Amino acid sequence: MTDGWLGAVTILGLAVVTFIARNFFLFPDREVKIPAWLQRGLKVAPLAALAAVVVPEVIMTQGKLIATWQDARLPAVAAASLYYLWRPGVLGPLLAGLAVFLPLRLMWGW
Amino acid sequence: MTSLRALLRDPHFRRGARDMLDFAPGIAAWGLVTGVAMAKSGLSIPLAVLMTLTVYAGSAQLASLPLLAAGAPMWVVWAAAFCVNLRFVIFSAQWRVHMGHLSRGRRMAIGYLLADLNLIAFQRAWPGAKREPGQVRYIVGGIVTIWFTWQIPSLFGIFLSEAIPTQWGLGFAGTLAMLGLTYGLLNDRSTWTAAAVAGAAAVATFAMPLKLNIVVAIAAAVAAGLLIEQAERAGQRMKGGA
Repeated sequence: MTDGWLGAVTILGLAVVTFIARNFFLFPDREVKIPAWLQRGLKVAPLAALAAVVVPEVIMTQGKLIATWQDARLPAVAAASLYYLWRPGVLGPLLAGLAVFLPLRLMWGW
Repeated sequence: MTSLRALLRDPHFRRGARDMLDFAPGIAAWGLVTGVAMAKSGLSIPLAVLMTLTVYAGSAQLASLPLLAAGAPMWVVWAAAFCVNLRFVIFSAQWRVHMGHLSRGRRMAIGYLLADLNLIAFQRAWPGAKREPGQVRYIVGGIVTIWFTWQIPSLFGIFLSEAIPTQWGLGFAGTLAMLGLTYGLLNDRSTWTAAAVAGAAAVATFAMPLKLNIVVAIAAAVAAGLLIEQAERAGQRMKGGA
């Protein structure tokens, strides 16, 4: 776990990242045109970063693929995905996932 | 102070603030989840408070949590967060049209606080990408509303999570929230391919040190996404020619 001073510096760096990203084309005094290929690349990158973080969080434990079906994360993700198909959004699928995750985790220790 | 009072009475400012109230329940719930996820991912309370007050970008905060928990080097955490934030780079070009006349200091002070929902509400209220009087005050009204409806529940979530036992595993709420965000970005073959490549590469190279698997996965996915798009356009050209 990154903590203490190192953690504070990392987090302040993240604040700078927010600042730079949101001001990227507001900083220059003259208007800058974005090339089309860059614009497409910029659209794919956020998705790639999210998928790269989410997938291991769902199917791995301690650096290994999950070896059992008795892991509350899998049914929770299934429930959240089904809910998303029914009603796209962030909060609905999140609540559906937690509604499956918490009972499995607390009652059966999955 | 008179200028602040004048701003609070300004009709454009008030409309900007009011329009954002439509989104308040969603913003508040999302802030609460992010607050709980930060504290339950192992971040100490002071660091979680520092993060919500300064980083102020929910998706990037959530994406950085597993990396911080794994002790990844700073530059990997920053690079991943920057990639998640790249949408703001695109948005900043759109905001420029409406804020280009302001001084750089003002532009950047406002720009730092512009969330996704600011753009959505703004485009509803001012259709037509033209600069018009009152727009900046409208934007500032929206910023103030979002800032409070996000930060208060987020702080509440950070302190509330003290009372929630860690074995409930509520840090997973952050992952579930990211899942919905990821699905929202999938809309055609190239985005599906990019997501599949990123997920598979992140798992396959998980053993790499320093959480470099995230960096490898992003690079592979962007390359794959661009290639698929190229191929699709080449295919369309051939069909068009036949």
